[in-house]
Amino acid sequence: MSTPEASSRETTEGPVYTVTGGDWDEITEAARQADDERIVVNMGPQHPSTHGVLRLILEIDGETVSEARAGIGYLHTGIEKNLEYRNWTQATTFVTRMDYLMGLHNETAYCLGVERLLGIEEQIPDRATVIRVLLMELNRISSHLVYIATGGMELGASTIAIFGFRDREMVLDIFELVTGLRMNHAYVRPGGLAQDLPPGAVDQVREFIKKMRRNLPEYDKLATGNPAFKARLQDVGYLDLTGCMALGITGPILRAAGLPHDLRKAQPYCGYENYEFDVPTGDTCDAYGRFLIRLEEMKQSLRIVEQCLDRLQPGPVMVADKKIAWPAQLALGPDGLGNSLDHIKKIMGTSMEALIHHFKLVTEGFRVPPGQAYAAIESPRGELGVHVVSDGGTRPYRVHFRDPSFSNLQSMAAMCEGGQVADVIVAVASIDPVMGGVDR
Amino acid sequence: MSEEPAGPAEERVPAQREDTGEVIGVRRGMFGAKDGGDTSGYGRLVRTVQLPGASTRPYGGPRGGAAYGDFDEVADELEGALEEQGLVPENAIEKTVVHRGELTFHIAREHLLRVARTLRDDPALRFEMCTGVSGVHYPGDKGRELHAVYHLRSITHNRLIRLEVSAPDSDPHVPSIVEVYPANDWHERETYDFFGLVFDGHPALTRIMMPDDWQGFPQRKDYPLGGIPVEYKGAQIPAPDQRRSYS
Repeated sequence: MSTPEASSRETTEGPVYTVTGGDWDEITEAARQADDERIVVNMGPQHPSTHGVLRLILEIDGETVSEARAGIGYLHTGIEKNLEYRNWTQATTFVTRMDYLMGLHNETAYCLGVERLLGIEEQIPDRATVIRVLLMELNRISSHLVYIATGGMELGASTIAIFGFRDREMVLDIFELVTGLRMNHAYVRPGGLAQDLPPGAVDQVREFIKKMRRNLPEYDKLATGNPAFKARLQDVGYLDLTGCMALGITGPILRAAGLPHDLRKAQPYCGYENYEFDVPTGDTCDAYGRFLIRLEEMKQSLRIVEQCLDRLQPGPVMVADKKIAWPAQLALGPDGLGNSLDHIKKIMGTSMEALIHHFKLVTEGFRVPPGQAYAAIESPRGELGVHVVSDGGTRPYRVHFRDPSFSNLQSMAAMCEGGQVADVIVAVASIDPVMGGVDR
Repeated sequence: MSEEPAGPAEERVPAQREDTGEVIGVRRGMFGAKDGGDTSGYGRLVRTVQLPGASTRPYGGPRGGAAYGDFDEVADELEGALEEQGLVPENAIEKTVVHRGELTFHIAREHLLRVARTLRDDPALRFEMCTGVSGVHYPGDKGRELHAVYHLRSITHNRLIRLEVSAPDSDPHVPSIVEVYPANDWHERETYDFFGLVFDGHPALTRIMMPDDWQGFPQRKDYPLGGIPVEYKGAQIPAPDQRRSYS
């Protein structure tokens, strides 16, 4: 520069710089003279292919992305803060809304943390644990179906999109039957489950397995061998094992880099050590490999679901400890799921003690001994960790969710920089971020 | 409330404690009646809140038990590796807590980076993955109000440990471990955003969730939740932070 922006003069305290404005004419002139097509593009936060309100800031040189950064926080709803003002059971209603595509995983991870602090891990009835596994695996299937559907849609493969949502609908129907809601269930509670499986649920799950086994090969036919699909996905969003380890990547992205790390095998929870399933891996480190792994994981999940059904034995679904077990019994009425009339008749009509007990537990809640616990489960997107801190009160002192979408989204820059603009869409889709989980 | 898991008697004996625990606050009264009008006599109840204190050897393992276990192995290797570097382990590791089958090292903040690097690189430790950092604010824990909690996972040895670092409200600085675990980049920004913990050495410590010009740190205990009363079926339901709290 011929004219320095900062002139300096010597004082007794050392040199003092006087900074003046840059010479804008010079800068604009230089920009006009430059023969590159370097521009900064703001993609999002309202863009159909950024999976919710993700904002991507791309510096592009022609068709090449030279720098990529992600801006997040547009869906921050302060759930972690809110939990500190609700009792331990109410929190499940909140955490299920974090990563809304894997609500049952959020609920289960949170409940495992609370149960560890309560020291009742061993007392959770088998039936409750088996139903948790059953629902989590169904949830994994529905989450992966959304990934395939939206990822396909972004490539213009609308048949895949329609097929994905068609099959997901079957899972949501099961969820509606079992939990009363298609999403945001609040069905898994500290100590067990809100209620038992309703009549007909097992048959519907069996029917689903049959249909899904028939439908899954359609994705292979449509996508796996499809030259256009392969051309868009192969070698795109490359992140090798070194990169994955440095960036703390877990889930299908890590497994596509060749490491068979799956918490269901490594640190089994909910009795996963008793189920037979395989952990698929790949060695391509690209978006196509991640697609294949998710496809295979759905098949493995179906295997686990089938084993769950065989394992289901009649029994309670809530711990026997009446100081923890939610007293309200739910039943299906004409206006949906609500308090069972029999239960209300009992507490209002015949047993004052039952009424007091119900009132105390529902308004005040139970106390959790002081301490902290970390419960981690393998969610559809990787390690979902919940750090729960209690001060011995009826409310969580602090709950932190280590959401896999949040961690994995950090790899966006590494996957996209140096690639084509069109490949950004594919790379982000292969991370499968859900902004509800990223921002919480 | 907390039943011990069934098993042989010696397995049910918890690890011995040196002290009674870390007092993080005092709660008074009961039933959440804060302002007068309490004629029950329970209003004079005083309860100190204590987090589990330091454990003594042997630490056992994640499945419990009072015998030498996985946790002792990690502690031995870490202490040995720190000694090799000319560090007195007692200075770096303030205390070791085993609670609910989880191992926590409380690390002096000036040694955090060295300890993290040792945990990652020592072949016997190999904690390759840091699952991020979680902040906790204990306004009653004078001089160590802000805690940063890290969970480290070793895929090689299939272990999980927790590091805890504290900083006073008046000097909320903790060294950044992004240079050891790049995965912590966003996590440290998040903890800074919500707790005001400044991670020294972080490449770009800016707000990540809240708007850039936000004032205050929302997840601190003295930061109000906010909210407005709502009417439901004719009744006024107060805002969540105005409702009766039993804690």
